[in-house]
Amino acid sequence: MEIRDVPCPFCGCLCDDISVRLEDNRITGVENCCTLGNAKFLSKSRLQHPIMRKDGKWIEVTYEEAIDETARILSDAMRPLLYGWSGTIGEAQVVGVHLAEEIGALIDSTTSVCHNPSILAIQEVGHPGCTLGQVKNRADLVVYWGCNPIEAHPRHMSRYTTYADGYFIDNTATDRKVIVVDIRRSDGAKIADEFIQVKPGGDYLILSALRAMVRGKDEVVPDSVAGVEKVQLQRVADLMMKAKFGAVFFGLGVTMSRGKYKNVRNAIELVSELNRKTKFTISAMRGHFNVYGFNEVLTWMAGYPFAVDFSRGIAFYNPGETSVIDLLERKEPDACLVVASDPGAHFPKSTIEHMASIPTVQIDPCVNATTALCQVQIPVAITGVESAGTAYRMDGVPIRMKKVIETEFPTDQEILERIVTRIREMRSDG
Amino acid sequence: MAEILLKNAYVIDPISGINGEVMDIAISGSRIVEDASPHSEVIDCQGLLTLPGGIDSHTHTSGTKVNFGRYMSPEDMRAGRTSKKGHMHITSGYSVPTTYGNSYRYSALGYTSLVEGAMAPLEARHTHEEFKFTPLQDSFANALFDGNWGMLRAFEDGDIKRAAAIIAWTLTAVKGFAIKLTNPGGTEAWGFGKNISCINETIPTFDLTPAEIIKGAIKANELLHLPHSVHLHCNNLGTPGNFSCTIGTFGHVPDVNDKRQSLYATHVQFHSYGGSGWGDFCSKSEPVANMVNFRPQIVIDMGQVMFGRTTTMTADGPMEFNLYRLHHDKWSNHDVELETGSGIIPVNYRRKNLVNSIMWAIGLELALLVKSPWQCLLTTDNPNGAPFVKYPEIIALLMSKKYRDAEFETVHQDTEKRVPLPAIERELDWHDIAVMTRAGQARALGIIDLGKGHLSPGAEADIAIYPIKPDEIDPSAEYEKIIQGFAQTEYTIKRGRIVSRRGDAIIDGENTTFWVKPKVPAAYDMQHDTVFQELFERYYSVRMSNYPVQEEYLHRNHCIETETDL
Repeated sequence: MEIRDVPCPFCGCLCDDISVRLEDNRITGVENCCTLGNAKFLSKSRLQHPIMRKDGKWIEVTYEEAIDETARILSDAMRPLLYGWSGTIGEAQVVGVHLAEEIGALIDSTTSVCHNPSILAIQEVGHPGCTLGQVKNRADLVVYWGCNPIEAHPRHMSRYTTYADGYFIDNTATDRKVIVVDIRRSDGAKIADEFIQVKPGGDYLILSALRAMVRGKDEVVPDSVAGVEKVQLQRVADLMMKAKFGAVFFGLGVTMSRGKYKNVRNAIELVSELNRKTKFTISAMRGHFNVYGFNEVLTWMAGYPFAVDFSRGIAFYNPGETSVIDLLERKEPDACLVVASDPGAHFPKSTIEHMASIPTVQIDPCVNATTALCQVQIPVAITGVESAGTAYRMDGVPIRMKKVIETEFPTDQEILERIVTRIREMRSDG
Repeated sequence: MAEILLKNAYVIDPISGINGEVMDIAISGSRIVEDASPHSEVIDCQGLLTLPGGIDSHTHTSGTKVNFGRYMSPEDMRAGRTSKKGHMHITSGYSVPTTYGNSYRYSALGYTSLVEGAMAPLEARHTHEEFKFTPLQDSFANALFDGNWGMLRAFEDGDIKRAAAIIAWTLTAVKGFAIKLTNPGGTEAWGFGKNISCINETIPTFDLTPAEIIKGAIKANELLHLPHSVHLHCNNLGTPGNFSCTIGTFGHVPDVNDKRQSLYATHVQFHSYGGSGWGDFCSKSEPVANMVNFRPQIVIDMGQVMFGRTTTMTADGPMEFNLYRLHHDKWSNHDVELETGSGIIPVNYRRKNLVNSIMWAIGLELALLVKSPWQCLLTTDNPNGAPFVKYPEIIALLMSKKYRDAEFETVHQDTEKRVPLPAIERELDWHDIAVMTRAGQARALGIIDLGKGHLSPGAEADIAIYPIKPDEIDPSAEYEKIIQGFAQTEYTIKRGRIVSRRGDAIIDGENTTFWVKPKVPAAYDMQHDTVFQELFERYYSVRMSNYPVQEEYLHRNHCIETETDL
């Protein structure tokens, strides 16, 4: 059997043209997918039972025991942290937000450690963007800044930008120019019409120089900026101003390098400025397939895209204070629930040490680096393969993820709902 | 089944022809019935003003652009925080509240149905997700067609039936309620950073003018027998002198439906401007209102501006960019492939700003100069002119010349040279207000037969009871009491259940989403049309099979099936 048009639950591209071949409820082949998505569809290793630590050793437990223990941990906590969310569907995230509200928890997502600065910049100056199809049909100039789509979003170029067929583009090879800005000559740089090799930490300067040029103030730009020749910047500024439709895509090279949200703000303001001359858009290359969905869900429910603290009885948002790394650095949380992410693999050592020192529970299909920090792990169905629900693509387009194979494993949503129910029972028992 | 008897209610129900009668209303289950059961819970209304539940026929509460308004505005979120209370969840936001915030606050004002004014079809799933968390009001979504390539191509080919078939497929797929055109042609032009100046200019990428799109959409709408008419946001919003464009547009509207208007023009305040620039900017409410008075086939809503901070958000991307160039505050834009655009900027309407003062006056003038309240409905184009929580003040301004004069004293001193407002003596009465906030909406939306907007037996038991005794108030003088009275119901009843009591939501609620499904013959079923499929194969960034909003997003819903002339 073959199921077509399956959305891929790997990255923010949410490619929805995947074909999955099935035999006896097992995936035997995947078509149209990149290697990253392919590996997820075909992965075989997973945790088979809920596990808990007892006397320093893992023991297998029932779902009921694991849920009971999780509910007890969260109920007893004074400062619970609910973290992760980007690898699951909106319907489960909704339960998470309601849970956070109910127990006065702080809820944050992987956004906090990737495009957090992008959101801060957007909250200062806005976001001139568009859906990816708009770029596909119209863009004659694409700029990849501080990101490497070939490695991280392998089908981004073929589906939405450089190599995609577009209504207003006769010949993708000749009618579209590509600019790549990076600190190293990545694979993407090799296909660029202009590659700007910026010195590490120099993005802000390059953006400022380009802004000056777009405003016609070339004379204020020195001969060399952050290791880039002025003549090259002039060529690039010209390309930008002459484009009919330019699209900038940026990654963590902009958000997490020196300057952080100020870099993104500068990039957005460059794009806003370019709109006075022509058409330009800017978009973040979001990582997890539903990282943007969590931002959407938390925003319509609580008013903010990430880092919301419910402990004051209202939704309180102050990144730098209520963002997960800052909270853990202050060693505030006394319990932690991790859902659909792997902070153990990505967080600074000091924060991981704190997570390991408090009761931490993980809801995830697989053993990962975070497992080592946990007291409890509850395995679940693989979202987008074994369970259906809503995900938001990096450009905000919502897509329904499919269930392609049957499973005995419960979904994230079911486990979270059972935890909420159990917490209410415990509270009413006094 | 819950049964309620409202005793001694001072009822104004314009659709049923009831104007200020003290009477009883019996409710059984979700409906109004002839006779009360002896087991009914009795609520003595003591002569309080009792109206059908409020209906907002043009508001922005749910979906991609609304949520981005929240996302980019933590300052607005902080300006409207409430804590958990009983069944009420935490809320945030002043001009763009969270979904629960919208729902609770609208319910406190007596509103039981909301029309989301602009849903991009590609992102419809998002709108429906937010509807689910707006539990105390029924939901309707206007789907945007202003830059829909399939429809535009059909118009280019002069094939109205094909355009209607594409509209039918799309509305059914995205679970939409009506055809919305926002700056038709202009949003497509904005795809390359351009705009359209008026209705007779040809769009750069299609051999069509806005006038042709509007006329074609009206024809297609009637071929599909949709409950609502075409819902139009005219071209050229917000520019000095745009009234001529608005009047020109209205001149193209035929009278083709005997149950309702043939065109609903939204937030007309923003389209009634005179002058050749900001220097001689002035009100042109009189010619626009006159045009409406002569054309019963047109219904408009006010789009009233009220002073203070708010957030503007519209599918009209080029307009928002122009606004950004005036305000220099933050600006967001979100073009939607093959369909439409959108933009958002925060604004602060100031009394000391002449242009803002004139805008404030124009909205009121339209409501006072359009003779029939059925033809000019009360809106702020929430939150564009003001957040909907300002409705009680607008009602008071329309009912009291004294209040208008007092407010006029506080606006920019040159305003009186530019607007007719001070010379308008008219004061609207309770019945006018009932028409402009619910009955008129029900008729304009074509949902009277679904039991909306009236209180006759068989109607949905959507009822608002205000702490106002009309016989004991002189609205002309006691405008403060009008504001207070409309700001918070004693009871808001939704589908036969009390959902809000003195400002507090008291149950979780569950709304109903209304959507249309025109019955299209096989020859016009776009699902199997290879040319239409090619749009998805080649130009959309999602697969055609993944485009329709699945049943899972609808929970409680009512599908309005229509017979078609295809």
